[in-house]
Amino acid sequence: MIKLTLPLSHDAIVNLEAGDQVLLSGTIYTARDAAHKRLIGLLNEGKELPFDLVDQIIYYVGPTPNKPGEIFGSGGPTTSGRMDAYAPTLLDLGLKGMIGKGLRQQSVIDSIQKNEALYFGAIGGAGAYIKSCITSCEIIAFEDLGPEAIRKLEVKDFPLTVVIDSKGNDLYKLGKEKYLRGRTNG
Amino acid sequence: MREISEKEIIEVVKTMCIDANRQLPKDVTLAIDRAYQCEDSDLGKETLGILKENASLAYETLTPICQDTGMVCAFVEIGQDVHVQGSLEGAINEGVRLGYQEGYLRKSVVNDPLFDRKNTTDNTPAIITYDIVEGDQLKIIIAPKGFGSENMCQTKMLKPSDGVQGVKDFVLKVVEDAGPNPCPPIVIGVGIGGSFDRVALLSKKAMLREIGTHHEDERYAALEDELLTMVNDLGIGPAGYGGKTTALSLNIETYPTHIAGMPVAVSICCHVARHKEVIL
Ligand code: SF4
Repeated sequence: MIKLTLPLSHDAIVNLEAGDQVLLSGTIYTARDAAHKRLIGLLNEGKELPFDLVDQIIYYVGPTPNKPGEIFGSGGPTTSGRMDAYAPTLLDLGLKGMIGKGLRQQSVIDSIQKNEALYFGAIGGAGAYIKSCITSCEIIAFEDLGPEAIRKLEVKDFPLTVVIDSKGNDLYKLGKEKYLRGRTNG
Repeated sequence: MREISEKEIIEVVKTMCIDANRQLPKDVTLAIDRAYQCEDSDLGKETLGILKENASLAYETLTPICQDTGMVCAFVEIGQDVHVQGSLEGAINEGVRLGYQEGYLRKSVVNDPLFDRKNTTDNTPAIITYDIVEGDQLKIIIAPKGFGSENMCQTKMLKPSDGVQGVKDFVLKVVEDAGPNPCPPIVIGVGIGGSFDRVALLSKKAMLREIGTHHEDERYAALEDELLTMVNDLGIGPAGYGGKTTALSLNIETYPTHIAGMPVAVSICCHVARHKEVIL
């Protein structure tokens, strides 16, 4: 288990390999479908984004409403593939990492490699567990989007796995190949 | 005629929506425990360990197991000697509305699928399936369904000549196409027979059948076991990080079909295979 504190240095990024398990601490930003659409819309209009993307990490999540007295609800990752259309643009602008679950298309893998960035997997369906890693939460943009608003989170020891590393290796391919027992039906 | 009031229905539906989202069913919990014991992959075992802890935390801290608290699928069996005072559909949706509000559950339903896509803000309407049965009871199953896994379900109209091999190939293809996206380990329901629309429903009912139970025809029961092994040999593993636990269970439901057809449907649910049931 590798402990990582944000922001990540270039060295830390390039030393991580697909399959490494990390505990991440520091500031990250949330955004999923609707927030991505708006971010790209702002860029197309030449407007400023609500936060500086350089060296940052985006977590694909739309949490449940928090109960009174709590800072965050249940908050596991959503399926990343729906953000594939937007990810390369954000990576080109300096984004260094994405946290989500599920397959990325080749254009995203290529962009991760080109920009020396990372794609981390959080465990899908572990929303109550992940909630316990979040120490502060502030909505910083698009409040009208409810669960899809952009939140600035402080996380402590958020358990993640490097799925796509800066060389473009993909754990979803490598892990599966290792445990494939061959199709018994030929 | 037995009378059941709207109020009674609203109350049980509300409670089931909240509880289903916080309490993993016993059969699913046991299946995850068993998988944890058997998994060889380190990453896979680690993942299953976190899922176990997640389920306990959700239960203890009254937090939804997963942030996608789903669209509510309600399966209703109405005894033909039951009369509901008021609107059954209205009562179910009112129960959903109250449950999602009072339980701090995420509202994930949009009013129009293509053009407006505006959040209805109360997670209604539910997707309600009615069966009329004999007797004077009303049974309601509430199964909130997340769409990470729902998006991975598929239906295919096979030819009768495709036979058992055709069914196996299709099931494996669906699971492979899904890969890590539906949050493995998954629970699989396979429907075979009926018609284009009926087979999807069969697969959903198979998915909701208790883990460890088998089809009453032993040929299908054997196929359930064989397919589960084949799925787990794919190597996808917990969270898709590689391992031998890709699915916790695979159930089949069947129905007679036309001489010219063999519809097959595969429903996939994530490990958060939520459902609650009540009989009034
Ligand atoms: S597929 Fe299931 S576990 Fe995964 S995010 Fe959706 S509801 Fe949660």
